[in-house]
Amino acid sequence: MKSGSRWVQIPSAIVTLVIGMILVLAGIWIGHNFNLLPVDASANAPIYDELFQVLFTIGTILFIGIVGLLVFSLIRFRRRPGQLGDGIAMEGNLPLEIFWTAVPAVVVLFVGLYSYDIYDRMGGMVPLAHDHMAMSGAASGEERIWGGISSGSIEDTATAAAALPIDVTAMQFAFLFHYPQGDIISGELHVPAGRPVTLRMEAKDVIHAFWVPEFRLKQDVIPGQPTQLSFTATRPGRYPIVCAELCGPYHGGMRSTVVVEESDAWEAWFSSNAKPETDVTPSVANA
Amino acid sequence: MTVATPSEPLISPPRLQPTGWLRYLSFSVDHKVIGLQYLVCGFLFYLVGGALAGAIRTELASPVSDFMARDVYNQVLTLHGTVMIFLWIVPVVNGAFGNYLIPFYVGARDMAFPRLNAVAFWLIPPAGLLLITSYFLTGAAQSGWTAYPPLSITTPATGQIIWILSVLLLGGSSIFGGINFIATILKLRRPGLKLMQLPMYCWAMLGTSILVVLSTPVLAGTLVLLSFDIVAHTGFFNPTLGGNVVVYQHLFWFYSHPAVYIMVLPAFGLVSEILPVHARKPLFGYVTMVYSIMAIVVLGLVVWAHHMFTSGTPPWMRLFFTIATAFIAVPTGIKFFNWLATLWGGRINLNSAMLFSCGFIVNFVLGGITGVALAQVPFDIHVHDTYFVVAHFHYIVFGGSVFVIFASIYHWYPKFTGRLLNEDLGRLHCALTFIGFNLCFGPQHWLGLNGMPRRVAEYDPQFTLINQISSVGALLMAISTLPFLWNVIHSAISGPVAGDNPWNALTPEWLTSSPPPVENWIGEAPLVEEPYGYGVPAEQLDLAATTGRDLWSSGK
Repeated sequence: MKSGSRWVQIPSAIVTLVIGMILVLAGIWIGHNFNLLPVDASANAPIYDELFQVLFTIGTILFIGIVGLLVFSLIRFRRRPGQLGDGIAMEGNLPLEIFWTAVPAVVVLFVGLYSYDIYDRMGGMVPLAHDHMAMSGAASGEERIWGGISSGSIEDTATAAAALPIDVTAMQFAFLFHYPQGDIISGELHVPAGRPVTLRMEAKDVIHAFWVPEFRLKQDVIPGQPTQLSFTATRPGRYPIVCAELCGPYHGGMRSTVVVEESDAWEAWFSSNAKPETDVTPSVANA
Repeated sequence: MTVATPSEPLISPPRLQPTGWLRYLSFSVDHKVIGLQYLVCGFLFYLVGGALAGAIRTELASPVSDFMARDVYNQVLTLHGTVMIFLWIVPVVNGAFGNYLIPFYVGARDMAFPRLNAVAFWLIPPAGLLLITSYFLTGAAQSGWTAYPPLSITTPATGQIIWILSVLLLGGSSIFGGINFIATILKLRRPGLKLMQLPMYCWAMLGTSILVVLSTPVLAGTLVLLSFDIVAHTGFFNPTLGGNVVVYQHLFWFYSHPAVYIMVLPAFGLVSEILPVHARKPLFGYVTMVYSIMAIVVLGLVVWAHHMFTSGTPPWMRLFFTIATAFIAVPTGIKFFNWLATLWGGRINLNSAMLFSCGFIVNFVLGGITGVALAQVPFDIHVHDTYFVVAHFHYIVFGGSVFVIFASIYHWYPKFTGRLLNEDLGRLHCALTFIGFNLCFGPQHWLGLNGMPRRVAEYDPQFTLINQISSVGALLMAISTLPFLWNVIHSAISGPVAGDNPWNALTPEWLTSSPPPVENWIGEAPLVEEPYGYGVPAEQLDLAATTGRDLWSSGK
C-alpha cells in the first residue's frame, strides 16, 4: 500500500501490524465485557455463551476493522475541491486477493469446527429417539421421533436413565405439560435443578415452538411429528416459556413458565400433585 | 467523435407505441420504459409496505395488543413481508435496473423478448392490487410471508388463496424476466464484446436469473399444492390427512433462500457499477468478482435448510447446512474486500450515490456477520424465529438491497431524466435513512437474544423501552422518504440539466444522450472493452489533473 507521506517514516507494515493488534485486543475486550444475553439457567447455556462470546469477538473485530477501513478510505481519499484527476489505475492484486480469500475461509472453517464441537457438547449430535426413548421408559417405544436436541444427558447412562420424562402438548394458544410418572397435568413446567429432563413434544393444531431463552434452547412442536428436547436445568428460578413460531392471532400471548426448583422443593411439588394410585417415587437418582 | 449529437432524424416514421408520458402507462416494449415502469411501480408498493411497517412499529410501541386487532396484525405483517419482497425489492433490483441497463451493457437495442418483457411487468400491478385489495374484501392472508401449513390451511381460506394467486403471478413475472435476462446477456451481445468484458451488473443478473429460473418454479409448484390442500382438501401438507408439514418448509426455502440472493446479487452488481465511477478507479479484482458471484449462485442453492434448524431436522443435515451456509461468507467477503480496495487510493466523490453505497457496505457487513453466526446450529437454536433474525434479515434486505436501490437512483437519475438531483437533499436523505435504519434494527438484535420472538403483537413488558427506540428509528426512516420524494419530483421538473454523462462514466449507457433515444444509440452501439478503465497509472499519479483515459469520448 501507500505509506502516508506526511507521516514520519514508519514502515506501513508496522503500522498495519500495530493497528491489527489493537483491533484484536479491542475485540477481545469488547467480547469479554459486554454481556448481551439473559441469565443462564441450563447445563448447556454456559456452553452456548462460550460460543456466543467467540462469535461476538470475531464479529466485532471484523466489523470495526472493515468499517474503520471504509471510513478511513472515505476521508483519506475523498475528492478535495479543485481536484479533477482519477485515482490509481489498480485493477487487481492476486496475492492480496488470495490472502483475503484464504483468511475468511480459515475463519469460517474454524468457526464451523468450533460450533460443531459446541453442538456436540450440547448433545446435538446424539442419534435421536430410539435408545433415548427406550431408556426413559416412556410409553411410545416404536414411535419415530423426528428431531430435537438431547443435551445434557450424554455423559453417562446413569443420568440418562434418571431423565425425567415429560410430555408436552402445544395447542392454540397454550402449552400443557404431562408427567407420566405421576400422571400430573400442569400448565406450568416444574423441573428439578440438576436432573436431566426429556420433553416429548407434539402439537395438536399448528406448528408451535418451545423456547426458554434462559436455557438457550428451542425446538419446534410439530403436528403429526413428535419432537424431543432434553435439557438439565441448573439455576432455580422462574423463566418464561415462549412460543416462537407464528401460530395464530394470540401467538404473542402464548407463553408459560418453567419453574426450576431445588430437588427437595420439586419433590414436594411432585408428590402433592401426583395421582395417589401411581408410584410417588420419581427419585430414581437425584444429584 | 461524440456519439449523441446527430439528434434530428429526417422524418420520424409513424409510431405504433404512444410517445410522451403516456408510454409509461402503456404496453410499451421499450426496455427503458419497462425499466422505469418497474421502478415507479415498485416504489409505490414500497410506500404501501412502509406504511404497513409503520403500523407494525406502532403496535409494538406498547407491550400490549392495543393498536389493531390481533388477526389484523398478522395480516399486516404478512402483507408487509410479501409486498416488500415480491413487489418492491425483487422487481426493482431485477426488473427495473436490469431492464434499463442490461441492453446497454451488452450493446443491444432492446431485450431479447420485448413483448414477454412487457407481459412480465404488466403481471405486477394486478398481482399487487389483488394482494392489497384482499385485505379490504375478505381479509388478507395471516400466516406470514412463509405461509407455513397447517397455519395457512386453518386460517381463513379466501385471503390465503388470493395471496397464493398473487405470489404465483409475481413468480411468473420473475421467471419471464429471468429467461429474458439470460437470453439477452448470452445471445444479444454486440459482436466483439466478450463475456469477461461485460460490466459486473451483467454477471450479477446472469447469476440471479439462473437462480430465478431454477428455484422459482419450485415455489410455484409448492404453492399450487398448498392451494389444493386449502380448496380441495388434499393432504400434501395437512398432518390430519397424513401430510407432512416439514416437506413444505423444505420446498418453500428451496426457493426462498435463493430469493435472498435474488434480492442481493443484483445489488452487488449495481454497487460494482457505482463505486468505480465515483471513486475514479477501476473495479478491483474483476475476475474474482465474477467467480464469487457464480460461487454464491451455486452455494445459494444448497443452504436452504438453515431456516429449519429447529424443525426437527436430523443432526447430519444440520451439520451439512451449517458448513455450506458459512462458506457463502467466503465469496461474499471477497466482494466486500474488492469494493474496499476499489475505494482505496481513489478520488472519492462523496455524493449521495457513494454515501448510500457505503451505507450498504456497513449494513451488509453487520448483516453478514450475524448471518455467519446464525448459520451455526447451536447459535441459531436460541435465536431462531426471534427479533435477532428480524434484525439480521433487515440488515441484509433493507440495509443491503434498499440502500443500493437508493444509491442507484441517485446514480442513474441523470440518465433516466437528463436532470441532476439535489445533492444536499440526497445527503440528508442518506443520513436520515442510515440513522433511522440502525436505530430501528440495531436494538432488535438484543431483543431477540433476550427473549422476544418475532411476529408477535404483544410482548414481555421488560422489552418496552427498546421497542420504543426501534419505533422511533422506524419513524425516522419514514421521514427520510420525504426529502427523497421532493427531490425526485422537483428535480424532474426543474433540476439542473445533467448533460449526457455527468459522472464521466465509461459504461455504455452513458455513451448516449440522456434520456437515451428509443433504440438506445443513434448509429452503431459502442464497443466498450474496458468498462472500468478509470484511473491513472501509479507512476503518473499527482501529475495530471485531467481525467484518466479519455476512452469514453472516443467511443471505444
